[in-house]
Amino acid sequence: MRAVLTIAHLTLAEARRRRILAAALLLGTAFVFLFAVAFHFIARDVRAHAPATEQRFILSLVVMAALYAANFLIVMTSVLVTVDTLAGEIGSGVIEALCTKPVPRFAVALGKWLGCWVIFALYASLLCGGVLAVARLAGGYTPPNASRGLPLLFLEGTVLLTLALAGGTRLSTLANGITVFGLYGLAFVGGWMEQIGTAAGNAPARYIGIAASLVVPSESLWQLAAHHMQPPIVRDLGIGPFAGASVPSPAMVVWAAVYVLVTLGVALRLFETRDL
Amino acid sequence: MAEAALEALSLRKDFGPKTAVRDLTLSVPRGEVFGFLGPNGAGKTTSVKMLLGLVHASAGRGRLLGRPVGEARARARVGYLPEHFAFHEWLRGRELLRFHGRLLGLRGSSLEAGIEALLHRVELSEAADRCLQEYSKGMKQRLGLAQALLGEPELVFLDEPTSGLDPLGRLLVRDVIRDLKARGTSVFLNSHLLSEVEVTCDRVAFVRDGRVVREMTLGATERGLEVELRLDRAPPAILEGLRRFGSDVREEQGRIRLRVEGEERLPEMSLWLAAQGVGLYHLAACRRSLEDVFLEVVG
Repeated sequence: MRAVLTIAHLTLAEARRRRILAAALLLGTAFVFLFAVAFHFIARDVRAHAPATEQRFILSLVVMAALYAANFLIVMTSVLVTVDTLAGEIGSGVIEALCTKPVPRFAVALGKWLGCWVIFALYASLLCGGVLAVARLAGGYTPPNASRGLPLLFLEGTVLLTLALAGGTRLSTLANGITVFGLYGLAFVGGWMEQIGTAAGNAPARYIGIAASLVVPSESLWQLAAHHMQPPIVRDLGIGPFAGASVPSPAMVVWAAVYVLVTLGVALRLFETRDL
Repeated sequence: MAEAALEALSLRKDFGPKTAVRDLTLSVPRGEVFGFLGPNGAGKTTSVKMLLGLVHASAGRGRLLGRPVGEARARARVGYLPEHFAFHEWLRGRELLRFHGRLLGLRGSSLEAGIEALLHRVELSEAADRCLQEYSKGMKQRLGLAQALLGEPELVFLDEPTSGLDPLGRLLVRDVIRDLKARGTSVFLNSHLLSEVEVTCDRVAFVRDGRVVREMTLGATERGLEVELRLDRAPPAILEGLRRFGSDVREEQGRIRLRVEGEERLPEMSLWLAAQGVGLYHLAACRRSLEDVFLEVVG
């Protein structure tokens, strides 16, 4: 366990020293600031002219738009932070001096996963926490079920982060990045096919979408999070970027958690058995 | 008898259809400085990586300090300087040693004291707080050497330790190896610089096509003597007769050369030549260099 923490600490130190953390936190803060300014003016305008129900509807749309953008940035960051952590060190040979120390290889990979997850979690907390704080302070609005929705965004990032770690055990950095983003793209398109298939009553399209979500459950987690964090009135609008015709099953959360554990186990095994 | 520092029995490594190491069988006693020699592509680095668990053997078995190769605990008292020295460039020299020390389970004042001593030993005390990206190749190599010596290992693998060093740096490495030997540490030295190996190693193994083809002790009679003779005449019967004293008898540019096991054969050879009525004008003997042996074994 000590070796895991030492490697995680090194991963965090690298992010700090190579300004990865600074870039993420600085631009994350800029994102929240921009949202705060825009939200302030929108909320002021809406409060002055719209009735109470309409106010809630508009503010919830704006907050969901911000969370949608935050979700995209979180997904990107979770992959970018992790994509090179093993692949790069294997490619450069840096890993050799680490793996000849008296620590099991799984501890090296697990430490890197933990370090990357902490960076991702800091970034996700800044973005999501910032959006919710701005909505509360500037508009007096808090999305419903945020305590159920936000952990799903964290789980979504964790799914992709773990996939990037697993890919990095065998692929070069670039190939790993292309693979993980490609898988994310499959899940994204699959999510939309599920929505369109459900809305149009087209069962094959819906099943193909569900199958894509089983392969990579990231988009399903976003859709479930979005479903939880919208007022019922917005959900009733039907299809849209934030409200879907088909709500993923809660079982998808269990599947995503199992998916993370299995993918992490596979990643550790792949790293353990490869030649360096 | 004390357990060997390193033992390998029929270790083999295949990369798909290509065999990098066919049969690595050797034993390095504790306290010995062992040279591992061979041409490029002979499987030296793969062999070292197999012994350190970086590369998984396709067949065979090995032990490091009594523990099976590949077991994490087997590496607890083992240091390693990789051939292509690569470390986290964003770390400072002292930080790198601290990080690697922690992976060895070292903590606190003993780790810090060890780091200071090693930085001093490799003459990097003044550069200790600079980032590695500011280091020259030689400085990185010396820092890598310090990293390999953290925690006072009982067995140290040095893969081409002097490849990036100037003559002063090479002397430093030579001194460090002597210190290690004096302390009873075993050293497994993989180097192309035969002159370095000749002055530092107790014993060497030659590898060719992924197989250990010869082992020999340095400084002993195994290398033998190269003898040069100038005679007034050298009929075939004389050349044939000289074979009783040594091997590889040949005539080159009017001189006769042969290889003998030791200098005790020289007086009896000169007496025999005189008895044959052959005039001996010149007899010179010199110990064969490691390079001569290398060329003979793997050339």
